[in-house]
Amino acid sequence: MSKNLVELMADLREDEALDLIKSQIEDGTNPREILEDCKEAMQIIGDRFEAGEYFLPELMLSGEMINDVMEIIKPHLKDEEEDEKLGTIVLGTVKGDIHDIGKDIVAFMLDINGFEVYDIGVDVSVQEFIDKIEEVDPDIVALSGFLTTVFDKMKDTIDAIKSEGLREDVKIMIGGGPIDDQIREYTGADAFGDDAMEAVAIAKKWMGE
Amino acid sequence: MSLTDNWSELNPDEKFEARFESFKNPEDIDFVDEETEKKYKQAVQRLKDAIELNEPDRVPIAPNIGFYPTEYAGITAEEAMYDYDKLAMAWEKFNKDFDFDFLATSTMIGPGAVFETLDYQLYRWPGHGTDENTSYQCVEDEYMKADEYDALIADPSGFWMRDYLPRIFGSLAPWSQLPPFTDLVELPFVGFSMFPIGLPDVQESFEKYLEAGRQALEWIQAVGEIDGKASAVQGLPGFMGGVTKAPFDVLSDTLRGTQPLMIDMFRRPEKILEAMEQIVPIMIETGVRGATANNNPMVFIPLHKGADSFMSREQFLKFYWPTLKKVIIGLVEEGCVPFLFVEGAYNERLDLIADPELPEGRTYWLFDKTDMVEAKKHLSGKAAIGGNVSASLIKTGTSEEVKDYVKNLIDDVADGGGFILSTGVVVDDAEAENLKAMIEAGREYGVY
Repeated sequence: MSKNLVELMADLREDEALDLIKSQIEDGTNPREILEDCKEAMQIIGDRFEAGEYFLPELMLSGEMINDVMEIIKPHLKDEEEDEKLGTIVLGTVKGDIHDIGKDIVAFMLDINGFEVYDIGVDVSVQEFIDKIEEVDPDIVALSGFLTTVFDKMKDTIDAIKSEGLREDVKIMIGGGPIDDQIREYTGADAFGDDAMEAVAIAKKWMGE
Repeated sequence: MSLTDNWSELNPDEKFEARFESFKNPEDIDFVDEETEKKYKQAVQRLKDAIELNEPDRVPIAPNIGFYPTEYAGITAEEAMYDYDKLAMAWEKFNKDFDFDFLATSTMIGPGAVFETLDYQLYRWPGHGTDENTSYQCVEDEYMKADEYDALIADPSGFWMRDYLPRIFGSLAPWSQLPPFTDLVELPFVGFSMFPIGLPDVQESFEKYLEAGRQALEWIQAVGEIDGKASAVQGLPGFMGGVTKAPFDVLSDTLRGTQPLMIDMFRRPEKILEAMEQIVPIMIETGVRGATANNNPMVFIPLHKGADSFMSREQFLKFYWPTLKKVIIGLVEEGCVPFLFVEGAYNERLDLIADPELPEGRTYWLFDKTDMVEAKKHLSGKAAIGGNVSASLIKTGTSEEVKDYVKNLIDDVADGGGFILSTGVVVDDAEAENLKAMIEAGREYGVY
């Protein structure tokens, strides 16, 4: 029964999966068990994405599916016990740029891979980054940007992290359309990634996974 | 509007020739001297040779320029969208100082006043949601709801006027009360159909609409003069006639939004396919009309959501390519040159876009992060390719590095013609010396 839910979700058969969850709730299944199955399914989806079997449409659908699942089981969940997280990440699109599709995918992939992700949105000022870093003390800061004008904004952000004395506490990754290793060097970031899978791989490596 | 009296009798090749002939001999450009006119014609011929996969005298140089002239001339992006004198100063300075084969057009910057009057919601622009020095950016949303495919399919123009426009232009929100024009069938219908126009908020929206029209006319006169002057005084042709889009991107970028449309791919795939078929002739007509009006056969098609990292090959073949291909063929049949700008990468698509059903020597593919050697391999003898000096190199490299890159690129892919030297992205930010180095390297190494 339980294996079945994992398969249905991993195969993105959303209607069947949701029907099954509803009947499980009615039968008195512990919602935490259902949640565990969902997590397992999301892991499989993440793996298939990394393997090039799934693409953004599948990822988008799975995100939607998870929202629907949470809507069903949330009222039945008792107090959340927090899972052990791999690490904490502050993520945002830098000042002047409001592109969010790539950033959202990276946030989603990091999240399902066990990271605590603080997504502070788009058009994020240097000060907002600094404030969030001071607030949550992350292991990693991830800067996103799509326009060619973000090179300097990323550099400014990283410079500010340095001058605030926070640079030694965090690893910094950058990504987005025109970002490459040359821009990594220019901005002083530790790494850049071409896509969400690379973001996950870099983050895991940094956390010693 | 057509270019010749016997247009409908011409075949696609004759239309192609007629468009280039007219592009090369423009009646509305008053060249300052014969030398300038000669330079203009040479540039057009260079482009035509590259498109037809022949060797021109040298590789055409056509970097993709966005807001960079503002930075170069020391004005803000916001000023360029509102103050056409400053726009003229900046673009004139840029075109003069860089002087590659084509003009950097001032038309893509857009009229801020018009957007403001219409209360444009689909975009944020400098001073209105983005900072004064940052380019305009699209704000995705579900401007079309999941249950509205049938309305779009039944009557695209009606849907645009009564549903889409009221959502993307705050000032036109009252247009949701407009009846479709198709109501106006017989005398008894007329009164019923007209009365909503009299409603006070609808009247007000039309006043805004008229105001925006006046502002747009002022703008088109200004940019027409700026670009026209670059042609007349410097002998630089424009690089772009019309603009159109892939039907999938129309749905994704501006109607449904990327995420909702991707979910539709599972929940209502047939509706997407049907809607895209409806959009095909509209996108062809838009592109052809622009090419004719601007007397330039190149029709720019920026490609977004079909790239390698967005969807699988199977999804590309099912959802993206068939209707894009129809748009390409439709444009070519009217003698136009589809100028396809592949943002991101098409490394997994090169064999698919080398489609044997597409006419040879009639399209131009501009690449960003696609492997140029592979692109040449697949498209050789089929389509012209261009690219792909990166924004990062132009912004943070040295002049020597830029020159080396261009030299290697030309060595790798310019052989036999069919290559245009360009940047892989639209340049908003750059080091002037590097951009100049790219152009110089093109002149130096690109001679056949």
